Amino acid sequence: MANTSYEVGKHPDLPPPVATVGVVGWVRTNLFSSWINALLTVGAIALIVYVTTGIYGWAYLRADFAGESRFDCTSGGACWALIGARFSQFIYGFYPVELRWRVNLAFVLLFVALWPLLFTNAPFRRYTLWFSAAYPIIAYILIMGRFGLEPVETAKFGGMMLTMIIGVTGIAASLPLGILLALGRRSDMLLIRILSVGFIEFIRGVPLITLLFVASTLLNFFLPPGTFFDLLLRVLIMVTLFSAAYLAEVIRGGLQAIPRGQEEAASALGLSYWKSMYLIILPQALKISIPGIVNSFIALFKDTTLVSIIGLLDPIGIGRAALADSKWQGLGPEVYVFVAILFWICTFAMSRYSIYLERKLETGHAS
Amino acid sequence: MTLAENFETVRSSQSNEVLIHINSMHKWFAAFHVLKDIDLTVYKGERIVVCGPSGSGKSTMIRCINALEPFQRGTVTVDNIELTDDLKRIDEVRREVGMVFQQFNLFPHLTVLENCTLGPIWVRKMPKDEAEEIAMKYLTRVKIPEQASKYPGQLSGGQQQRVAIARALCMSPKVMLFDEPTSALDPEMIKEVLDVMVTLAEDGMTMIVVTHEMGFARKVADRVIFMDGGEIIEQNTPDQFFENPQSDRTKLFLSQILSH
Repeated sequence: MANTSYEVGKHPDLPPPVATVGVVGWVRTNLFSSWINALLTVGAIALIVYVTTGIYGWAYLRADFAGESRFDCTSGGACWALIGARFSQFIYGFYPVELRWRVNLAFVLLFVALWPLLFTNAPFRRYTLWFSAAYPIIAYILIMGRFGLEPVETAKFGGMMLTMIIGVTGIAASLPLGILLALGRRSDMLLIRILSVGFIEFIRGVPLITLLFVASTLLNFFLPPGTFFDLLLRVLIMVTLFSAAYLAEVIRGGLQAIPRGQEEAASALGLSYWKSMYLIILPQALKISIPGIVNSFIALFKDTTLVSIIGLLDPIGIGRAALADSKWQGLGPEVYVFVAILFWICTFAMSRYSIYLERKLETGHAS
Repeated sequence: MTLAENFETVRSSQSNEVLIHINSMHKWFAAFHVLKDIDLTVYKGERIVVCGPSGSGKSTMIRCINALEPFQRGTVTVDNIELTDDLKRIDEVRREVGMVFQQFNLFPHLTVLENCTLGPIWVRKMPKDEAEEIAMKYLTRVKIPEQASKYPGQLSGGQQQRVAIARALCMSPKVMLFDEPTSALDPEMIKEVLDVMVTLAEDGMTMIVVTHEMGFARKVADRVIFMDGGEIIEQNTPDQFFENPQSDRTKLFLSQILSH
């Protein structure tokens, strides 16, 4: 129906009807668009209120925050006294108290090293990247104790410190390895392709826990008697290989989404294979793969808890040791809620960073 | 007249410097014989238009010239470098051969300027400022210097294809290959790309253009090559080719594409 008040071809842009915009419009379309929707909204709000008040009551209102044992907890809620008493173990394991400043320093320096890597607009990035490159060595010297610093056995590592060591090393080492495996799987060279496929399919087909058992027990049979091969190092290698196999498949998915023409255009300019991968293909493929890559990283980070099964004292291991103490028996929920919060803080940060990165790399291209 | 004789008469006005020489080249896709006994000599400054029905092997032929496709028999020589399996040699040839694709194939994660400077910087080892200066020169020539800092996804198809031409020119190639450069464009954008190509031809660039734009062929081509079934069926000057086609297949093809 033509509106006769405007000439044909001269119709102006009119504002939308009031009921569809603003707070009222939003509430109406999202919460009360139909009577079923309205019912669900009310029900959901009731459920949220019920659950949060329950948790709030247990975790805060009726909780005890100080005490020497579970018998000091008399209010009927959570007994956070346990966390307070064992807090330093949850963070450092059995790392010598007087040397913990080295762990703290390594932790702070980790963020200094990550800064230029995670944010391309960081100041002095050209120079700080050198620090990032040197960070693994610096952290190794500080935590292990080398060059005059008092050495600390890896068996004393534990808690979140151990989680961070395994998680960060695994993430940093598995990404380049995963990229190489993904490229290898698509290689024209038969032998490289077979090796990549074989490796990926083997590692992906085996549960991580079996690999960790291999690392902790079976490997000794293959090593010459008397050789010392640190358990933590073996675990690091296994976790890295495991994660790399998954990453390789995620990245391969990204590589397959890049049109063939991109590689052809790069070749036509005279770029070599490695240059065209580095400059053209991988930047695009990795960008598409960010959600999958971060997913793998988060999975790796959480899978570090499996090391408690082979006797390493990660936060779960520390927690179980605490629960075995007759002073704290029966306080499972407090321990696991606390460990869950520790992990959630780390993984949520990773997840937010991945969203930030995706937005930053958006250049408005469809293909 | 044999093909060779015909060809001698065609190139009367061109320079004598051979830029591309294809000698009895054959290519198979698995068991499918896609290029059959291709002989082609391109002289410096020549503008060649290749046409033919789809599946005739015309794109495949020009893709063999910069080794985007391997061939199984015969030789291809570009600027006195014979193409072999040697990757170094292939890269040497690709440096001298610019290519423009049907789907533009710009790098979407780089700005227009970065698309143009990538080759000079990473392949020719040119300093960044110099590469940017050259890039701006060619972007001006294809009439979109003002888009330099945008990403390809923000440009129209015609603009993208002109960037692709500028990107290839930044490598100062000796010859430019165009693989159906206007086939993916909306009709109103075809002209802006063809205009750029005409200017390029007038400046003396050696060009091999696979296209269905017969108006362009008439206007700028020194020679039109007709391919069908993986063979070069006929080659002639545009006048002769359109007015006096020799083979029945050429006549049929022309009648089909010029009928409306």
